[in-house]
Amino acid sequence: MSAQTMQYREALNAAMAQELERDERVFVFGLDVPDHRGIFGSTIGLVDRFGPERVHGTPLSEDAMTGLALGAAMKGLRPVHVHIRVDFLLLATNQLLNMVSTQRYLSGGQHEIPLVIRAVIGRGWGQGAQHSKSLQSLYAHIPGLKVVMPTTPNDAKGLLVSAIRSNDPVIMLEHRWLYDVSGEVTCGEEGIPLGKAARVREGTDLTVVATSWMNVEAKLAAEILHKEAGVSLEIIDPRTLYPLDMDAITASVKKTGHCVVADYDWAFCGFSAEVAAQVHERCFGDLRSPVTRIGFAHVPCPTTRCLENEFYPNAADIVRAVEGKLGLDPIDLSGYDLYSWEHRFKGPF
Amino acid sequence: MSGASQTALDLDLRFYEQMLLIRRAEEKIAEHYFEDDMKTPVHMSVGQEAIPVAVIAALAPDDDLLGTYRSHALYLARAANVGDFFLEMYGRGGAPQKGKAGSMHLASPAHGVQATSAVVGTTIPVALGVAYANKRLESGKRTAVFFGDGAIDEGAFWESLNYACSEKLPLVFVCEDNRLAIHSKAADRHGYDAIGKVVEQFRCHVVTSDSTDPAELYRLTREALALQDESGWPVFMHLECYRYLEHVGVGEDFKFGYRDMEEYERWRSRDSIELVRARLLASGQSEADLEAIEARIAAELVAAVAAAKVAPFPEPAELYRDVFA
Repeated sequence: MSAQTMQYREALNAAMAQELERDERVFVFGLDVPDHRGIFGSTIGLVDRFGPERVHGTPLSEDAMTGLALGAAMKGLRPVHVHIRVDFLLLATNQLLNMVSTQRYLSGGQHEIPLVIRAVIGRGWGQGAQHSKSLQSLYAHIPGLKVVMPTTPNDAKGLLVSAIRSNDPVIMLEHRWLYDVSGEVTCGEEGIPLGKAARVREGTDLTVVATSWMNVEAKLAAEILHKEAGVSLEIIDPRTLYPLDMDAITASVKKTGHCVVADYDWAFCGFSAEVAAQVHERCFGDLRSPVTRIGFAHVPCPTTRCLENEFYPNAADIVRAVEGKLGLDPIDLSGYDLYSWEHRFKGPF
Repeated sequence: MSGASQTALDLDLRFYEQMLLIRRAEEKIAEHYFEDDMKTPVHMSVGQEAIPVAVIAALAPDDDLLGTYRSHALYLARAANVGDFFLEMYGRGGAPQKGKAGSMHLASPAHGVQATSAVVGTTIPVALGVAYANKRLESGKRTAVFFGDGAIDEGAFWESLNYACSEKLPLVFVCEDNRLAIHSKAADRHGYDAIGKVVEQFRCHVVTSDSTDPAELYRLTREALALQDESGWPVFMHLECYRYLEHVGVGEDFKFGYRDMEEYERWRSRDSIELVRARLLASGQSEADLEAIEARIAAELVAAVAAAKVAPFPEPAELYRDVFA
């Protein structure tokens, strides 16, 4: 298959269309999946092509609909359950943490649970405290769930294909702003394996482990640091948070001797804490500074733009962290547009 | 359809054997529980055996079943495998669930017992999905989900009932109403009087009964299933029953005063097993015939317990198996 340039939303759509076409057992459902907006475009056209039996909406019943996905998966169907905001998925916490994650184990391996949950995360446009969470740390904490956070259109397509073909429950968290990002989709029909990190940028001086949107910020920080201070950042995107490719992270940190974890979630008890702990366990003798964590401010997400800018970390936070670790003079960031996406995104949702 | 050609006598014999197997199995648990070898909280079915036995007899043998933490009866009525049952109760590695489930998560997918759960109401949405898949796959199978009246307090019940009725799923809701949520009485929890009347507002067939006679419960279930075959609507069965023993554990709990002996005695006088036994004798079965059944069941249980007690535990590496494919 030749490479194609497409938006993240189109890549998600292409992955589902491919798997719906390939496997009769796959179905896609969730509130507003078949409507004219199609979950920010990611499900547009699927109902016309595959029919309402395999692509359909639901009542506002997240708990029951998650149970529906589980029961259907136990019986051999392959559900893809879509949530337009991860905050709504919290209504299904009981099914996810008590049932979905346990049924293979409690059955002694007799049940297969081929189940995918897609949920949109992160910053939009004044989304406030209940339309803005990410929650990967929460889900990655639970044994029996796999957690995937694709950053590029290529990863969006490849990882969703693999998630749908996996015989385990997979939660895929997709940042709202990434839907507008275009990129080359080079992965083949077979997708990209779960559990493999990507080296997004090769460098020698410091490793940034970045999740989801933080990869966009890390790339900008790397450009600034390269241009202004000659610093070479290496960026690792784990892509799959569980199972985590610690070998890729360890190899990079052993090479650079410094590590910043920039996670798109709260830092306290978060995924960034897990990575930091494991890096310390595996790389202690090679570290030239303690691991630094960057995450959300430990408060509910505010709505007003000026506080929202303080809540979410961005490239400036990464630049400042790197300066501190490497003993650099502060770079003048006034000439850089650190809020280009904030200015571009006009909502309303 | 199973049971269609069975005579009343055949059915009574089936009911008697199954109910007796369940009760004697639970008595066996009680007999050995104090030994501290069977380390799993048990929620006994004693007194409530007729409902799962009758409903399962009315269903086809490969219809799907889901239940609660009080599912010894459900499991034994369908799987009828006391060997695997006691292996799991004793946490032995040779059980199909490898001791990871215990009493509260008994399942046997090979027999259609897809899942049981220790959090009230949580298998009802899963049953929705099993029924959804059966409809999509045109398997012709029904799904029956068993739950207590406490589950009706949960949102999951109403979400699931709504969707099942909206989508005409081949689902049978079986509410085994013993009017107790642990120790909280129905009257203290409900803002309505008759759940059947409430559920009648949904597009489903409603059956209500307080019978302890499995033949009557079987007849009511068959009638409802026939209606379901015509309309495609789900069935909601509200079946009253009485739990003889404490909520969890093998003893009685009347001394605590939250329920009275009089109520127990009223239900006990209509005990399902005694009722069917009397009818079998009246219809020509001899005392010796029934004693032969009883002796066979007793021997099966003794053998199952003895085998389980000497069976090996799972090896430590089993801890990490079966989390993912």
